[in-house]
Amino acid sequence: MSSRKDHAGFSRRGFISGIGLGGGAVGTGLLEREAAAAPAPANVAGPGPAPITLTINGKPVNVTVEPRVTLLDAMRNYLDLTGAKRACDRGVCGSCTVIMGGKTVYSCSVLAIDAQGKNIETIEGLAAGNNLHPVSAAFVNHDAQQCGYCTSGFVMAAKGFIDKHPNPTMEDVKRGLGGNLCRCGTYMGIRQAVLEAAKEMKGGKNG
Amino acid sequence: MANTPDYNWPPMEKRRIIGKPYKRVDGPQKASGRAKYSSDLRPKDLLFGVYLTCPHAHARVTSIDTSGAEKTAGVKAVHVVSPAGTEIQWAGTEIAAVAATTEEIARDAVRKIKVDYEVLPHMVKEDDLGKAGARAKAAGESVKGDPDKAFQEAEAVSEGQYGIPVVTHCCLETHGMVIQWQGDQVSLFPSTQDVTHYAGSLAPNIKVPIANIHVKQDHIGGGFGSKFGPESWDQVGADLSKKAGGRPVKLFLDRATEQAIAGNRPSAFAKIRIAGKKDGTVTGWQSESWATGGFTGGGSPPLPYIIDTIPNQRLHHTSVSVNAGSSRAWRAPNNQQASYLTCSALEDFAAKIGMDPMEVFDKNVAYAPKARVETYRYQLQKAAEIADWKKLWHPRGQGGTGVVKRGLGLGFGTWGGGGHQSQCRTTIHPDGSVLVEIGTQDLGTGTRTIIVQVAAETLGLPLGAIKLAIGTNDLPPDSASGGSTTVGGVSSSTRKSSMNALAKLFEAAAPALGAQPEQLEAVDGHIRVKDNPSKSLTWQAACRKLGVTKISEMGENQQRNPMGLNTSGVAGIQIADVSVDTETGLVKINRYVAVQDCGMVINPRLAESVCYGAIIMGIGTALFEERVMDEQTGRMLNPDMEFYKLAGINDIGEIVVHLDIRPENDKRGVVGLGEPPAIAICAAVGNAVANAIGVRVPNIPMTPDRVLAALEGRNA
Repeated sequence: MSSRKDHAGFSRRGFISGIGLGGGAVGTGLLEREAAAAPAPANVAGPGPAPITLTINGKPVNVTVEPRVTLLDAMRNYLDLTGAKRACDRGVCGSCTVIMGGKTVYSCSVLAIDAQGKNIETIEGLAAGNNLHPVSAAFVNHDAQQCGYCTSGFVMAAKGFIDKHPNPTMEDVKRGLGGNLCRCGTYMGIRQAVLEAAKEMKGGKNG
Repeated sequence: MANTPDYNWPPMEKRRIIGKPYKRVDGPQKASGRAKYSSDLRPKDLLFGVYLTCPHAHARVTSIDTSGAEKTAGVKAVHVVSPAGTEIQWAGTEIAAVAATTEEIARDAVRKIKVDYEVLPHMVKEDDLGKAGARAKAAGESVKGDPDKAFQEAEAVSEGQYGIPVVTHCCLETHGMVIQWQGDQVSLFPSTQDVTHYAGSLAPNIKVPIANIHVKQDHIGGGFGSKFGPESWDQVGADLSKKAGGRPVKLFLDRATEQAIAGNRPSAFAKIRIAGKKDGTVTGWQSESWATGGFTGGGSPPLPYIIDTIPNQRLHHTSVSVNAGSSRAWRAPNNQQASYLTCSALEDFAAKIGMDPMEVFDKNVAYAPKARVETYRYQLQKAAEIADWKKLWHPRGQGGTGVVKRGLGLGFGTWGGGGHQSQCRTTIHPDGSVLVEIGTQDLGTGTRTIIVQVAAETLGLPLGAIKLAIGTNDLPPDSASGGSTTVGGVSSSTRKSSMNALAKLFEAAAPALGAQPEQLEAVDGHIRVKDNPSKSLTWQAACRKLGVTKISEMGENQQRNPMGLNTSGVAGIQIADVSVDTETGLVKINRYVAVQDCGMVINPRLAESVCYGAIIMGIGTALFEERVMDEQTGRMLNPDMEFYKLAGINDIGEIVVHLDIRPENDKRGVVGLGEPPAIAICAAVGNAVANAIGVRVPNIPMTPDRVLAALEGRNA
């Protein structure tokens, strides 16, 4: 990186197009213009707050939010469901993981209004009172947590993973939990915890 | 009490609770999502605070108009941080903040704030010192011995240039707090590594008496040295709350701002020459290093690291000011950088003379502080054994004929970790219940658990019998959790307060046992006579002798006089075993071995977790993490977690931690472990990559492009 010319190899434009942001930004602009031109469909909600009904842990929950509010923000800012955390806020770290309609999702990347009609499993619904779900118990047993901020998301991701892969190998775990990040570095414990939880859940009632 | 209790730790073989791998006591809360972090709080009438930040790396605010934000329905308060005339020195600097009834309204409102800037020239990159011009401040030369002669007479001279970039703390919980300023009282829920001193530092800035500021934090979502505080946002939040008529305000940074301004580790670059003999003995060291820690410069890796008594040295360091967010303490400040620079140069010297670096390191740790030379030699041997060095190591570049080359590399580290100033109160109630109180914080290192273990051990009770209070500023004062000082501090203060309380209980129970207080001991839920265990009272029965008056005793760890309960100074040797794909440039960790010096370990499970965590964080920095600055705009290009990459669960290989728990280490008392194992990773990984592919990849992180550039002989 000594001369001006060298920088051409790593220009901002190159960097941005390389990572796909450029295309995304252009696309957004087009969509906005098209949306402005198109007539509003009859069932449009917003832009102001609109009442919606979410099904959280099997129970209907009414909340009034603007259509742009994410499922994560609806849970945290409007419903006191704070197990899911906001860390990256852009669908990367998985601290906000919930299971929606049986699928593991980043709740920061789902709009609350789009989450209607599907059952949303959150960590608050895993076990009642002071009980621990087998996944949570396995996380405790293997010290798969330090600061704990990523832990709720990891527990939900592990639950979703085990639901789909009841007999995982260690290699499966390493790939299957790759969508969540931990800054304290608790992965060694998480690997063991997920294997143990899978065994527990297979043997029992909580599968 | 005539006699001062014997505070010494019980001998290894007599411990029932200390040294045992108990599960962390707050584990169930965290693993069930029930643990409440400050960023989870939503008190009644909460307002959401959002910042407007500066898009320019260097600019002067010429005008600011907040009327649009003020007129927005739902906005309850607006605070200008950088009024007209303010010179901004890095992108992401706070300009103004808004508090509104919803986060959405607050975000809309900050967009309505009109700011005009006079944009000024900036400099954001420091990797090329030649371009730094007036922004570089040389610290002057420091010479020891006769380096010129050493280099002239050397049998071999090696040289190289190495660099380690700015990385960010990237705490998952961003910086911020919930704050309520109502009347003359302030309630503050921060995300901090220093509960005890938070109010005292904030008080003069908001002109509220310390006694009226109530700080509470149950859990913190990562700190790593970046969250001492209080910060500018505490003042801003306080002002917003006051302006909004005393409604609570939540003001946490968004991810982009967190990455840009809320903490990073200084970079370090160096050209290093080593002179030495063909038997591996280093005789001379010469380094020209430079670094940045942001606008005020900073970053000064102690070179040569650990082997600092090399007889002939010439050192020259330059601090570079850039228009980017300021550095903060980052898990062993300056040590990772120094370890990387030193160990890389040492390994290059070994390659130059064709010697096994294990032997070269072994020889030259003679230049380490005397007290630790033998420790390093022991650790080198132990690490080599665990990593199978003899079998797997090969001379540089002889990693086989296949596309994927395997290599091993070494790194070393050292740290203090003595206990900080800490006070603890142990209260024994007449009904037998026990309360332990310290104004400390648990960063996820297991502080709660080890306090409870020490109290339970001392009082002869099970873990569950101890109730613990931490995390508020009305508790006995502790210190900041930084420098790996917490475990030594809180374990020693807890030991002392609990021994003091127990001595009082012995006084109350002695008459009923027909013995003198000093003849008693607390074991397995009983108070009994030492040489006649049949004479005993249950804990409850003994506590009933207190009548209606509880025992409440203090204990203090004095940093300067830890009385043998804790100590400072640990060494560590680590070995990375990597595979490098020479076609794609991808580096994969196969195995990572850490031999970690430690003192008395209170909980081996938690100690091991901390070591794993430190190593995993280090692997992230060695392979992925880098703050990428854009010369054109002056902004950070990756202020997110997609392109600022942390290591994931499949990126870390197999990690083997060997805690050196031996009686001679145990005797030293407690030593902190948060930082020591986080130091040597870049060094070990960098050396392993060089060993695998036969050429040095000069700059961390070891990304595929850098590896390929090095393989092609390009300057990476």
